[in-house]
Amino acid sequence: MNLINKLIFSTFTAGFLCANVAQAADVVNVYSARKEALIKPLLDEFSASTGIEVNLVTGKADALLKRLQVEGSATEADIFITSDVGRLHRAKEAGVLKAVAVPALEASIPQALRDSEHYWYGLTLRARPIIYAKDRVDVGQLTTYEALAQAQWQGRICLRSSQNVYNQSLVAAAIHALGDETTQSWIEGMVNNLAKSPSGGDTDQLKAVAAGVCDVTIANTYYLARLINSSKPEDQAVANKLAVFWPNQKGEGAANRGAHVNVSGAAFTKYGKHYNEAQALLEYLASAPAQAWYAKINNEYPVVDGVEVSQALKGFGDYKMDPIDLEILGLNNRKAIKLMDRAGWK
Amino acid sequence: MFKRHGLSAFAVVIAVFILLPVIVIGSYAMLADGALWQHLFDTVLSEYLVNSLLLLFGVGTGVLLLGVPTAWLTSMCSFPGRRWFSWALLLPLAMPAYIIAYTYTGILDYAGPVQTSIRELTGLGYGDYWFFEIRSMGGAIVMMSLVLYPYVYLLARSAFLEQSVNSIEVGCSLGYSRWRALWSLALPMARPAIIAGLSLALMETLADYGTVQYFGVSTFTTGIFRTFYGYGDTAAAAQLAVGLLAFVMLLVLLERYSRRRARYHSAVESKARADLIPLDGSKALIAFALCLAPLLFGFMIPAAQLLYWAIFEAQPLGWDFVELAWNSFSLAFMAALIAVILAIILSYAKRNKPIKPISTVIAISGFGYALPGTIIAIGVLIPLAWMDHSIIAMFEGLGWDNPGLLLSGSLVALLFAYTVRFLAVALGSVQAGLDQIKPSLDHAGRSMGHSPWAILRQIHVPLMRGSILTAVLIVFVDVLKELPATLILRPFNFNTMAVRAYELASDERLVDAAPASIMIVLVGLIPVLMLHASISRRRPH
Repeated sequence: MNLINKLIFSTFTAGFLCANVAQAADVVNVYSARKEALIKPLLDEFSASTGIEVNLVTGKADALLKRLQVEGSATEADIFITSDVGRLHRAKEAGVLKAVAVPALEASIPQALRDSEHYWYGLTLRARPIIYAKDRVDVGQLTTYEALAQAQWQGRICLRSSQNVYNQSLVAAAIHALGDETTQSWIEGMVNNLAKSPSGGDTDQLKAVAAGVCDVTIANTYYLARLINSSKPEDQAVANKLAVFWPNQKGEGAANRGAHVNVSGAAFTKYGKHYNEAQALLEYLASAPAQAWYAKINNEYPVVDGVEVSQALKGFGDYKMDPIDLEILGLNNRKAIKLMDRAGWK
Repeated sequence: MFKRHGLSAFAVVIAVFILLPVIVIGSYAMLADGALWQHLFDTVLSEYLVNSLLLLFGVGTGVLLLGVPTAWLTSMCSFPGRRWFSWALLLPLAMPAYIIAYTYTGILDYAGPVQTSIRELTGLGYGDYWFFEIRSMGGAIVMMSLVLYPYVYLLARSAFLEQSVNSIEVGCSLGYSRWRALWSLALPMARPAIIAGLSLALMETLADYGTVQYFGVSTFTTGIFRTFYGYGDTAAAAQLAVGLLAFVMLLVLLERYSRRRARYHSAVESKARADLIPLDGSKALIAFALCLAPLLFGFMIPAAQLLYWAIFEAQPLGWDFVELAWNSFSLAFMAALIAVILAIILSYAKRNKPIKPISTVIAISGFGYALPGTIIAIGVLIPLAWMDHSIIAMFEGLGWDNPGLLLSGSLVALLFAYTVRFLAVALGSVQAGLDQIKPSLDHAGRSMGHSPWAILRQIHVPLMRGSILTAVLIVFVDVLKELPATLILRPFNFNTMAVRAYELASDERLVDAAPASIMIVLVGLIPVLMLHASISRRRPH
């Protein structure tokens, strides 16, 4: 019994101590929807070089956003990081962010990849092109995202669930370019062409294409790059069967708008208490070494000039990106989900 | 007399406190404007409903078929391997549903080793041959049945064991065969326990998000998440959650109505055990196979696959896994203690004063189990953050330093959420145990002038030690596996094994998630083995 008492005592005290780590002086507290493995090494590097301690909670963007809302002025978080621009916009709408024009960030990050009112900054760029099976698809048949609704793709497409925010943002961008009705008929056509009901993640779609379940899919490039760089022969076998097609690169109007991109980004919270430390951290995350780390470790495109992309990304070639103001993805997000619900995109 | 009322009042206070998050969610639901409802109703709601019902029916059938026969065989019959099966059948309990789903998908889907070898050996392409589609409604039913049947098994088995042998023997002396006695006596007597186990499994099924989401099966719960995460509409999500609760309430009421005034304790206490029914030849073989199947598919195969991934393919765990394991273990341990102590107080108050208001409040205090962890977490966050704001205002009024988020930013929030979510588990087991103790013992104790507390401590707790341990075990393992609430409510720099496994899995690195997953299973085995040791000490057989 004595042991159990000790156990209870020590764990309860540890619990209360946990609550207070966020209070110290030279710290910055981060709520991150980026996974720990894809942010922690950078934070550690930052702490080592500046002496500023970083406290981290990871989670789903909307849950962290809810936490920020509920905590209100008492929140301990200074920075909110997400892996999608739609959620940054939602946080801005919810009034939990603070507009801060950081000169260093404004200078290095292109206008389209940050909020026009200085509420958030893009930190890495992700592209979502069409990926196809080299042996079964004549690349000449591929043109645009919209063309995937054509009858020739009947039973040949795999798509991830519409629950996924990357697909929601893809549709949100299309709503801007095509209008509601054309977007609706596009996704209906695409859903009719599905080889199987949506399940699993982007990697699962890539594997499905490689296994012959379907011939094309739409996926973020870093998932394919990860398979290419994998040490496992079966992953490489999957990657060898696949190639990237950059859609919407030529033609008229919307057909020429460029491939869909999204950013992961960060913002200052409205009630953050460590403003200087938070700014130092954001500047660090947009610095060349940090950008190079993203490119190397997770095969994302840098948002600043002069940073090299990974070998795998170079292999996918250059492309024109959709120049849409990214905050529109956030504005159109709810409508996008409604259209997907109507089209029966699960 | 005062103490009796004191106990009831205390129990009601606890129950209301536990219900607080559910009440918060309920009041949130009032805020929804209905516009989104119309859209949901027009598009996806019917599919959510049909899928949820199918899933409930499938998993319900599955857990009964797997749980009850194995419980009967291991407690009443003798066949080779019985002692070993009696504890090994609990092992799938340590396997989180989303992890078994990931694992079987890795083995069985089109890109997995099984189908890849079929294609390589036969030269066929995908679609030229038939293969079970694991990511489907059927797949989800099988996965969940495989890991949830231990709830039924565990409660049914302890009911069979605690059943006074006399009933069975009387049955036999009246000319019943052993099997007839099973159907006419043992099963009906074990019904509260079996139903308790079944409703735990079904509530867990309703609350599940990870498995169905991964398999692309849209249920009511994925709908709640879509409304919350996708539309960002907490109020409409809360409404859907209330709909889910109403459904659970209906189930509970039906069950209670169906047994109305029946009593399940035996009139005479007996410590003797009937001889086990000996099985030999083909009967023993069938019994062996019946017990092996759930164990093999629910534990051995997925655990072996996870181990293989963890050892040969995944990035090895860093030293921080010690911290992760400790965090998971201590949280689960504390939550189990809290939930079981509360469950004992609540069920005992009800036994002491079986009047409507008390039993109703207590029955609904367990409803948190049917709500997805995310919803509970929000329900916990809102009142705790409010209290934090008051505390901060008070500190500032006194001129003290801002204490920070003492409640919502600490483990208090997590433990509160776990208690709300898993109290039903503890209640189910403790109540089933208490139901089997005949009230004459209480009367005897009271006539000797003992207070209810003393009777509880000296008579009931020792008598239902098995049920209490069972409750501790299940809550412990459930908390160990819990993900959504942990993800939302945990303090800074605090991770558990389930969080680590989830982060890697949701980054589509299933293989790298294997070491953390197998650690969850291993830590979950500790209480399973402890429980086994305790039960065997109690029963010589």
